[in-house]
Amino acid sequence: MSLKGKVHKYGTNIDTDAIIPARYLNMHEAAELAEHCMEDIDEEFVKRVQAGDIVVADTNFGCGSSREHAPLALKGSGISCVIAKSFARIFFRNAINTGLPLLECEEAADNIEAGDAVEVDLAGGRIINHSSGKTFTAKPYPEFMMQIIAEGGLVEHTKKKASGAR
Amino acid sequence: MTLAEKILAAHCGKDRVSPGEFINVKTDLVLSNDITAPIAIKEFNKLGLGKVFDPQKIVMVPDHFCPNKDIQSAQQAKLMREFAREHKIIYFEVGEMGIEHVILPEKGLVVPGDVVVGADSHTDTYGALAAFATGMGSTDIAIAMATGEIWMKVPPTIKFVFHGKPGKWVGGKDFILYTIGRIGVDGALYSVMEFTGDAMEALSMDNRFTMSNMAIEAGGKAGIFAVDAKTKAYLKGRTSRKYIEYRSDPDAAYASIIEYDASQIEPQVAFPHLPSNTKPISQVGNIAIDQVVIGSCTNGRLDDIRLAARVIKGKKVNAGLRCIVIPGSQKVYLDALKEGLIEIFIKAGAAVSTPTCGPCLGGYMGILAAGEKCVSTTNRNFVGRMGHVKSEIYLANPAVAAASAVLGRIAGPEELA
Repeated sequence: MSLKGKVHKYGTNIDTDAIIPARYLNMHEAAELAEHCMEDIDEEFVKRVQAGDIVVADTNFGCGSSREHAPLALKGSGISCVIAKSFARIFFRNAINTGLPLLECEEAADNIEAGDAVEVDLAGGRIINHSSGKTFTAKPYPEFMMQIIAEGGLVEHTKKKASGAR
Repeated sequence: MTLAEKILAAHCGKDRVSPGEFINVKTDLVLSNDITAPIAIKEFNKLGLGKVFDPQKIVMVPDHFCPNKDIQSAQQAKLMREFAREHKIIYFEVGEMGIEHVILPEKGLVVPGDVVVGADSHTDTYGALAAFATGMGSTDIAIAMATGEIWMKVPPTIKFVFHGKPGKWVGGKDFILYTIGRIGVDGALYSVMEFTGDAMEALSMDNRFTMSNMAIEAGGKAGIFAVDAKTKAYLKGRTSRKYIEYRSDPDAAYASIIEYDASQIEPQVAFPHLPSNTKPISQVGNIAIDQVVIGSCTNGRLDDIRLAARVIKGKKVNAGLRCIVIPGSQKVYLDALKEGLIEIFIKAGAAVSTPTCGPCLGGYMGILAAGEKCVSTTNRNFVGRMGHVKSEIYLANPAVAAASAVLGRIAGPEELA
């Protein structure tokens, strides 16, 4: 699968309160949450974001609370994937489970700027920065997680397992 | 193996596990709350299995925006309540509820050696009881509710050793803030933090809960203590469940071992906007504040309420400052009432609330306006966490919070003497 869009760039330790402030956790639909995605650290994000766009950040992206609302808000905004140097643990699980692809790549995070046009080939973990002409390769997922992703998330994976066991 | 590895091995039917290994773990308790349960229920229904794996191993607690703060919160709480009733799972209604991580141990629902997963990042709190407890998202919790199992990657363990006798006003909050200040908010990413040493043995259970609670603030997957006499005394009378006391082997492999001298650690204050942005109280300077919050899953237990009351007793909350005290459970509230602590707070001019997570995550019951500063015993001081993006949160222990409420600026209790 190929993902393509403009880049929204952020720094280190982007926490889940920044991705979706807790005051909106009285809702849980992706489309509703998307209306407030990133608003506390980037007021313009909601107006600027286009379907397919990519978030690029430094280390520990998604730290803080366990709210699944965070990857849902990003997905609802049209974000096709997140590239960062590292991800917080719970956010990582939540993203896999909700079908938001994450790519861990230090080089890419250092060499992609806000507004760059970037394309990602998920299967090979290849990241192409069309604005600079540079390409990068993300750390591959462990086989176990690739299987969950390939099956369409944890719910589908579990359903398949349950029907296999019957 | 380490303590954490032994618990995980026992829950996946293996003799040994090693860091990095993917395993399927059986869960002893599965938790969610009024903001994470709605998504978990939605995903649970997608599975189409119709029933939960064991109603007595699933808990739902309406604590984040409950008692309901607005119509949408009321709808979410209702959705959860109806699911809880239908599936006959463990549920605590407003009036008997408290903050989830305060009441689960209090009610004896967690014992040493358990694996607990919760759709709340502070599920790591139960590590104080030598359980492997960790936060996950709603979909993971939906799977655990349905199957009683969840996948995990075995984490490496970092051992923290605290030596020496701490100062009078130094407790679990200061040790964990100090640690996060040293290793950073991703210093224990994907890892178990194991707390050991004579200063940890001397800590009360309530103080240990505070430390395990904030392991996530260093990126940790769990924050764990071994069982000792204090753990056993805490469990006595709360549960009749048998439990296994796992212990790290003398030759257990740790990712690293970090030693601190507890006698050199002052009360800590985490400045905006990260829990790692810590300073000792002596270096805080003169910072005027508008609000103080004493409570939360981090510091809403009886030891915390007692400590704050001891500092504030006979004094007055500074003119123009709001001091909000939130006991973490009905039991904490009632015990505090019996001990005369609630009277101390009210006479001092503090507001006392029924248990709720409320202001900690900017829900309600103490939201900050632009430019306002708050000293809080909670766990996160991210941008906008307690209200306006231009407000500021300073994290501290309950004694510092109480002293700051009296003096109207960030201050240690020694300044009140």
